[in-house]
Amino acid sequence: MNQKNDNFIEIKGVSFRRGERIIFDNIDITIPRGRVTAIMGPSGTGKTTLLRLIGAQLKPDSGHILVDGQQLSSMGREELFHMRSKMGMLFQSGALFTDLTVFENVAFPLRVHSRLAENQVRDIVLMKLQAVGLRGASQLMPAELSGGMARRVALARAIALDPNFIMYDEPFVGQDPVAMGVLVNLIRKLNNSLNLTSVIVSHDLVETASIADYLYLIADGSVVASGSPDDLHRSDDLRVRQFMNGEPDGPVPFHYPAMDYREELLGGGHE
Amino acid sequence: MKNYWGAAMNRIFEQLAGLGRSGLEIIQAMGRATIMLYRAVFGRSVSHASFLSLLTRQIYSVGVLSLIIITVSGLFIGMVLGLQGYNILVRYGSEQSVGQLVALSLVRELGPVVTALLFAGRAGSALTAEIGLMKATEQLSSLEMIGVDPLKRIIAPRFWAGVISMPLLACIFSMVGIFGGAMVGIDWLGIYQGSFWGNMEQAVDFRSDVVDGLIKSVVFGFVATWIAVFQGYDATPTSEGISRATTRTVVYASLAVLGLDFILTAVMFGEL
Repeated sequence: MNQKNDNFIEIKGVSFRRGERIIFDNIDITIPRGRVTAIMGPSGTGKTTLLRLIGAQLKPDSGHILVDGQQLSSMGREELFHMRSKMGMLFQSGALFTDLTVFENVAFPLRVHSRLAENQVRDIVLMKLQAVGLRGASQLMPAELSGGMARRVALARAIALDPNFIMYDEPFVGQDPVAMGVLVNLIRKLNNSLNLTSVIVSHDLVETASIADYLYLIADGSVVASGSPDDLHRSDDLRVRQFMNGEPDGPVPFHYPAMDYREELLGGGHE
Repeated sequence: MKNYWGAAMNRIFEQLAGLGRSGLEIIQAMGRATIMLYRAVFGRSVSHASFLSLLTRQIYSVGVLSLIIITVSGLFIGMVLGLQGYNILVRYGSEQSVGQLVALSLVRELGPVVTALLFAGRAGSALTAEIGLMKATEQLSSLEMIGVDPLKRIIAPRFWAGVISMPLLACIFSMVGIFGGAMVGIDWLGIYQGSFWGNMEQAVDFRSDVVDGLIKSVVFGFVATWIAVFQGYDATPTSEGISRATTRTVVYASLAVLGLDFILTAVMFGEL
């Protein structure tokens, strides 16, 4: 492990396009070790794609991504899967295995990657479930959980192997206020107590800004602004202000490009 | 006039380009399917014990759960064969050969082929939908991120379960069909049972009929399951994409089975 380097992840000059559409155009992002870094931006700016690029589920068209000093996209399949066992990822939908109970879902990474005895597996699983407040739900099937509960089980699964890096894909979407508060605290506490490096992808500004050490704001395929939450709040950039204050319209348009509204209502389609 | 020709030529070129594009897409899909199968079958596997338990569960859901449709269809097809065969053969006074007719049709052709068609509809579509939904709900991605190869964990056990189940199902189909034929021929139409079974025993050769039928069903199992798991794995992860993939599984698998059946029959029983 490369301890000298303070940046856990370095994204340098990465471009990525999907078909004709350019998702990222030559972006640079560094994610410092042991911190909570948030990547924010309007919906559809490719935030999830960025996480998939980091996890090497997608390969960039150009540029490179170093995770802990290693380039994942040039690794062989076996090596890559081994590397990923040290990363945790919380998917937007939770992505629990629907044919396994909550307990077995959390136990899954342990059974695959460790040779622990059954009673040790049981203890670890119960501890992880206790941390997310769902020890009592261990025998339920994923179909019996609410969306928010599923996400918390998925979080327990993501930290089952005590990874040193964890990615959260929209962790706050669909959480009720109580669960949201719990989750926000949990992410921050996990990061501090386990000395994790965390990346949160989100558009929930208040919650994310409250726990992030550093924010990146991306829009239109490039990094618009970056800095601590306070820096961004004080920013003069109109795009940053629009996003940070949640203004409906501004430099980032609310409307998908279209012909003039008046013209379309009055003339279009009645030739 | 010149414009007209220009437009016509343009249209022809567009058509040609479209043809080329779909040709390329087909070849690309075949390439992806081959790479998927190669990675699922070769390379380092999950541990043997856990693979065996995954395989057993899949054989149950792919094979055992298909038993009802296979036995009921087999019974009826055997009964129809007995009845139709009797009606024609009785005109030439050779109704004793009904047993031979039923057994040879089932063992050589109908057993493997109809089993494969039913399998594509019953188990193949289920495999595609299951894998496609796993993709849509990010379960495959999350396996990858946990550091488990979904090709090993999800695709390989399902693929092998299909390859193993198909010949067994085809055997059961033929066996039940022969009993159906016997029921109609002997118990209903009154063919002398000694000649029914005797003729059958004489006519059916183990090597050239039973083994060839088994080879066919192994090939069908391989192809139909391969198509089913690939369509699921390659599906567009939306509800529309999964429904299209499921349809494609049934259509492609059925056509592949029927086409391959002709080729295999030509090689095994033809004058090649």
